[in-house]
Amino acid sequence: MLNISGIENGYVIDHIEAGKSLKIYELLKLDKCDCPVAIIKNARSNKQGKKDIIKIEALIDLDLDLLGYLDDSVTVNVIRGGKIVEKKHLSLPTQITDVVKCKNPRCITSIEQGLPHVFILTDAEKRVYRCKYCEEQLEKGRKKK
Amino acid sequence: MRHLLSPLDLSVEEIDQIIAVAEDIEKNPKKYSHVADGKKIATCFYEPSTRTRLSFEAAMLNLGGSVLGFSDAQSSSASKGESVADTVRVVGCYADIIAMRHPKEGAPMVASMYSPVPIINAGDGGHQHPTQTLTDLLTIHAKKGRLDTLTIGLCGDLKFGRTVHSLITALVRYPNIRFVLISPEELKIPSFVRDDVLRKQNIPFEEVDHLEDVMPTLDILYMTRVQRERFFNEEDYIRLKDRFILDQEKMTYAAKDMLVMHPLPRVNEIAVEVDNDPRAVYFEQAQYGVYARMALIMKLLGLEVPAC
Repeated sequence: MLNISGIENGYVIDHIEAGKSLKIYELLKLDKCDCPVAIIKNARSNKQGKKDIIKIEALIDLDLDLLGYLDDSVTVNVIRGGKIVEKKHLSLPTQITDVVKCKNPRCITSIEQGLPHVFILTDAEKRVYRCKYCEEQLEKGRKKK
Repeated sequence: MRHLLSPLDLSVEEIDQIIAVAEDIEKNPKKYSHVADGKKIATCFYEPSTRTRLSFEAAMLNLGGSVLGFSDAQSSSASKGESVADTVRVVGCYADIIAMRHPKEGAPMVASMYSPVPIINAGDGGHQHPTQTLTDLLTIHAKKGRLDTLTIGLCGDLKFGRTVHSLITALVRYPNIRFVLISPEELKIPSFVRDDVLRKQNIPFEEVDHLEDVMPTLDILYMTRVQRERFFNEEDYIRLKDRFILDQEKMTYAAKDMLVMHPLPRVNEIAVEVDNDPRAVYFEQAQYGVYARMALIMKLLGLEVPAC
């Protein structure tokens, strides 16, 4: 297996669905960080068969709500002094802002400048998000395993 | 500060209170003729309207207040590209309350985020129309004497029919309500009503595409217009517009005390011959709309019911 050296202070985002790490990297704006970031694709996983992992060598502000929306089965290990000090399990956020745009052509967000695109979780069991303004349903996210 | 964007912005108790005030206004209009002296309503209508805009203006005038506003986006700065947020911040300097109609869904919500005065949603695209709902509830209460234990048939364009979405959202809070949803496949009720309101609250409903079969079971038949302005494709509109037409022959299937309601404007979904049927109450609905809006303006401006 490919070896990536351990990190001293930072995060390991583990159990990412295989193939999704680049999307998460992009949406978390990790390309804007000047710290070392490693993306590991298709790592072996006992539970998932294969998985992706992202390692970040800095304790930056991570948008856990965004991460929870993208994939709430991931875990975020917080590393300090080379040791895991916290293991965060994510849940679906009650609201997401400026992550996705409303596709309803009749929605006010289609014409109003500078308006945040906000979606509210209206049914956690069915993972339904609706636009705050027009109530259009967002495409359903991945089912939690 | 309170806004009215959806019927759920008012509790059942508040709606009952508005209905009680509206019914008192109907009986004693003079008592209310100076309640809003010195107050102004701005009617900001970005989309054509006859009843809603004029009834808001009549309501404020009946309360002793004044009106200003625009009735067409082309005659406002929206035609220059001004945002809703900027417009309401300015209009809020000129008026005490704003009634807004807009073709884009959620525009009144955006207005409420920036306005210094209360915003009333006077219809936003195919989304919600809560003051029509107050009108409908007042009409049902006045004619049936109750808002519970009713079977309501909603017929026509249930997809874009904002009055339908608002009425269902409001009525499910009363006990023993059942809906019969009559529409073509393409214009069925949207999921934010079917799933998030009806199914979530276990409200009994059925979806059918024939009117005659269900007529005898209804306490109320709420007809709606297929709205040309909501279609991006003219062919779809033409194919669907005359799918349901209520005429006197179909009325023979209805109970003797069934009400026929319609938010108006009517095109040809109700034949003119039905107008003389005592069960047709859609023109009375328009009158109740003024009383309902008077009571709502009083509520949002915090104006007290006069003693006499």
